[in-house]
Amino acid sequence: MRRAPWIPIVIITVMLVMALFAPLLAPHSPIDQALRDKLLPPVWLDGGTTKYLLGTDAFGRDILSRLIYGARVSLIVAVLALTVGGGIGLLIGIVAGYIGGVVDNVLMRLVDAAFTFPAILFALLLAVTMGQGLGTLVAAISLLLWASFARVIRGEVLALKQRDFVALAKVRGCSSLRIMLTHVLPNVLNTFMVLVTLNIGVVIIAEASLSFLGAGVPPPTPTWGLMISEGRGRIADAWWVSLIPGLAITLLVLSVNLFGDWLRDRLDPRLRQL
Amino acid sequence: MTRFIGRRLLQGIVLLCIVATIVFFLGRLTGNPVDLMLPEDATPEDRAALIRTLGLDGSLFDQFVIFVTKALHGDLGMSIRMRQPAVEAFFDRLPNTLAVIPWALILGMALGIPLGVVAALNRGGFLDRAAGTVAVLGVAMPSFWLGVLLIYVFSVELGWLPSGRMGGPAHYVLPVITLGTFLIAGFMRITRSAMLEIMDSEFVKLARIKGLGEGTVIWKHCLRNALIPVLTLWGVFVGNLITGAIVTETVFAWPGIGRLTYEAVIFRDFPLLQAVIILKSILILSINLLVDILYAYVDPRIRLS
Repeated sequence: MRRAPWIPIVIITVMLVMALFAPLLAPHSPIDQALRDKLLPPVWLDGGTTKYLLGTDAFGRDILSRLIYGARVSLIVAVLALTVGGGIGLLIGIVAGYIGGVVDNVLMRLVDAAFTFPAILFALLLAVTMGQGLGTLVAAISLLLWASFARVIRGEVLALKQRDFVALAKVRGCSSLRIMLTHVLPNVLNTFMVLVTLNIGVVIIAEASLSFLGAGVPPPTPTWGLMISEGRGRIADAWWVSLIPGLAITLLVLSVNLFGDWLRDRLDPRLRQL
Repeated sequence: MTRFIGRRLLQGIVLLCIVATIVFFLGRLTGNPVDLMLPEDATPEDRAALIRTLGLDGSLFDQFVIFVTKALHGDLGMSIRMRQPAVEAFFDRLPNTLAVIPWALILGMALGIPLGVVAALNRGGFLDRAAGTVAVLGVAMPSFWLGVLLIYVFSVELGWLPSGRMGGPAHYVLPVITLGTFLIAGFMRITRSAMLEIMDSEFVKLARIKGLGEGTVIWKHCLRNALIPVLTLWGVFVGNLITGAIVTETVFAWPGIGRLTYEAVIFRDFPLLQAVIILKSILILSINLLVDILYAYVDPRIRLS
């Protein structure tokens, strides 16, 4: 048995605490501007002050506080998108796998189509037509997720369908709906949890990319993607504005992916091929 | 083979129709599409004219017929900001994107495939784990941030390479690395698992029993067969590259279709975005079709199944 990945777990916990207790932890307001303190470097560089540990951006806003509040947006979007997108994928996977036949065929063609077509383009279209916002963002990212969930879950259900307990339930006269809910669903939940964990990183990067492109949660709400975008023009004289939030994204995604790998090996090693 | 191509072509066309339909309805979902398609300083006459040409006084079905007819004639509307046909704007920029994508693909394969082979040969060993770590890191880094980081290191601090815009060969280096990095991980993983599977197969055992040298077995028998699944990934990767180009071209101020997409989003240029999405879909579907044909050509099992 592989040992638990302690460093990633600690990083994930720190980020979670940051997101949950942002108002208590942030030393400054993430939105209020202090133009006199603009573009101050982090504390360890010349000219940095302990007032702003990670420096300030072009509007004099505290990078650390924005980072802490930004974790919130990433977390909320991740939870909502994985619930909606993952949930739809779970449902479609079970229905396609269990019912089979034409239904399966049509649904799987849709899944193929979703894999061919980049969901990010639809996400941008949604942002332009429906306006930026949390709802649009979650809808867009769910669109990105459902197909991979549906494909894996369907595979699991196909195997489960052959098992004796499903046949017994059928003999006993259970309806298809009942079998799907009480016999199939509980048996794919492990796989579902592994998929959720492995996709947290996908969601975080998608959210950051959409924010970066101006299609995420609208400003002034701080998000990591937006912070990178805002700092990119100042990269020559104030690298910290852009590079620090990117480092946070990389660390968090790396941690959840390593944690997800470990969880997969524990709960469902057959998924290794993913 | 003809039937195979025909079926794939049909699937592509169906998919394209779905995309066009979604684009059409999203454009009309939120109130009046005229507001989405005209500049803010448009006169009432402009509005009336657009309502007539789009058939907005007719039923939704009539509007859809007009939209499809126009689209088939290559008319996807006027870009609000650029004041030129959106389709024209797309084709003006397309060559600049196509100038980068092949290099990114080459970079991804040139590093990813050998890494995958090395990882498979050292299964569970140090090199396998090292390659795995590189892959995990490559996936965890948002590519737009990698672009900013590369600009900081190589343009700002070291001053070796230009930070953006199109130009001589030096201008290509950073965008190609930014765009190609996430492919390295993808190519590595698929090569590794394909190699592991093939190294275990009967004909490889036979080659070894025949007394062929290890080099011949690995490079001629295993890798050539392992490259078949790698080929299928091309279709997926080209799709990824075309979307990846949106952020990369934005970071490097590269005047391609990715940057055009970004401009359409931030200037809320709906007609341009609509055209970009439909044309990119055609591009992605055509490339996928080509890859499928190539795949069926290389691997007879596909076209016969």
